[in-house]
Amino acid sequence: MSSVTVYGLCSAVLVGLGLFSLIVHPQPLRKILAFNLIGGGVFLLFGVVARRGAEGGFGGDPVPQALVITGLVVAFAATALAVALLLRLFQETGRATLRSDG
Amino acid sequence: MPNSTTAGGFLLVLAIVLPVVGVLLSLALGGRHAERVALILMPAGLAVAVAIAAGVWRTDNVLQYFVGGWDPPLGVAFRADGLSAAMILTAALLICGIGLFARTQFPSPQEVETRAPLVFWTLLLAVWGALNAVFIGGDLFNLYVALELLTFAAVPLVCLDGRPETLAAALRYLLFALLGSILYLLGAVLLYGAYGTLDIVLLSGRIHPAPVAWVAISLMTTGLLAKAALYPFHLWLPPAHAGAPAPASAILSGLVVKAPFFLVVRLWFDVMPRMPERAAAQVLGILGAAAILFGSVVALRQMRLKLLIAYSTVAQIGYLFLMFPLAVRPETGNPWSTVAWTGGVLQAISHAFAKAAMFMAAGLIAEALGHDRISGLAGIGRALPITVFAFGLGGLSLMGLPPSGGFVAKAMLLTAAVAAGQWWWAVVVLTGGLLAGGYVFLVLARALSDSSEPLTLLSTISPSRQAVVVVLALCAVLLGFVPLRPLELLQIGRPATVVVGFR
Repeated sequence: MSSVTVYGLCSAVLVGLGLFSLIVHPQPLRKILAFNLIGGGVFLLFGVVARRGAEGGFGGDPVPQALVITGLVVAFAATALAVALLLRLFQETGRATLRSDG
Repeated sequence: MPNSTTAGGFLLVLAIVLPVVGVLLSLALGGRHAERVALILMPAGLAVAVAIAAGVWRTDNVLQYFVGGWDPPLGVAFRADGLSAAMILTAALLICGIGLFARTQFPSPQEVETRAPLVFWTLLLAVWGALNAVFIGGDLFNLYVALELLTFAAVPLVCLDGRPETLAAALRYLLFALLGSILYLLGAVLLYGAYGTLDIVLLSGRIHPAPVAWVAISLMTTGLLAKAALYPFHLWLPPAHAGAPAPASAILSGLVVKAPFFLVVRLWFDVMPRMPERAAAQVLGILGAAAILFGSVVALRQMRLKLLIAYSTVAQIGYLFLMFPLAVRPETGNPWSTVAWTGGVLQAISHAFAKAAMFMAAGLIAEALGHDRISGLAGIGRALPITVFAFGLGGLSLMGLPPSGGFVAKAMLLTAAVAAGQWWWAVVVLTGGLLAGGYVFLVLARALSDSSEPLTLLSTISPSRQAVVVVLALCAVLLGFVPLRPLELLQIGRPATVVVGFR
């Protein structure tokens, strides 16, 4: 099994785990973590795609790597915003759950 | 399709750069100047939008700009076709109207610096820039970034007043949006892995029916549906849109949910014009029909005016997705495809104006009464006749009564449904119209009835704010008077294979 296949499968597992916990767990913090898990899987897939592009004789396809950096920044900002909202919700109400979700 | 930057391509850059400059200036100058910065930039942004629309109309072709002079697939393209131009113009008009309306609600602080005005005016400009970036993006990854910018600008607008329930609504909105964006990104990387480009035009030439394309498009569509709040992903929308301050609700309901819809249209009709399966399109149509029926029935049962309008948004989003079963695969003998497509887009535009006007009218009513319980509206028609008139005009478009933009849009969808032999969509359109008539009438009947005791208004509403609301509602109605020729603007730049029997 080539390394590309291994990493591809890893990314699929990460996305699957993330999707599962995003849907199953009602707590917002878990959902935020699950989102990051899916994000990890997607970014790994970017790496796989960059490596596969390398089969064309290049050392590696640089475009997906550039995309990953942007994607990481966006995912980081999203996580920060979500955690900030959650913290504020906790300060205001003393709980960190969304009622009708639970 | 031109293969280099066209004359007037710089206008596309301006459409993004102007609002972003405004955001930076507001942050640097602080809350005391944020309102002024926004009000100065609005006419400039509107002028750019008009210039883009005029440029597309005059040259009868897309405006295009390659960032840094690099051609795709390495570079990133901005493209404005007729659809983009129409959406940019709609967004500019609405943002200007909402800005004028919001001046009294978020005035510049005189003595002590307060946070709400700074945040509102900055985010208003940020939403505008992000919307323009979505409308002219020619690269699927760039569109992902634009969508995320839009989400980050829209979510804080929900919880401007900081009440716990709006914080919860904003968090739920953000969680749905994050799921949507990560699914979209997963689809985009799969497409890049399979075809080596993310540029929409290049991709449309390379993509062909294969499992990877199906999976990628399904993931991206599902993600966008979560962001567009199509049934059954609508759970976040009513609390978020109803809890936000009135001008913010108008932006969210009128414009922000249209951006993911716009991208679904891009994906299905521009990225893969030859690919969509009838069966997949039927699924979108069924979800749309469910949204219309569910949203309208739940709207009928609401006690609060803003929640009623928010559930009506859920229903009206459903109409947008009725265009898919009626408009895909024109080459397999569906000559009414273009009519359905145009109807769907026109519904998006007229709903934007109508819903913004209705949310702002509801905001004025709540400001005057101190509450927005529908049962307590008696007598408001006498106290705020212009506002209630504007609400009614907006409702006209939602019901699809002539003359209004909503009427033309729904008539086009109806015609296409009957002509294509898919009569069941026609039944849904008509039922949805009746139900919309029900909930609009429910509000108007209460508002126009005489109250038993004299009404005490908490505050007087200035005529200028009521005028803004009426003008936006009139825009929704005037769209119904637009003869068919300007609708050709929407067809400019569409792949020739999918435009049938219209021009």
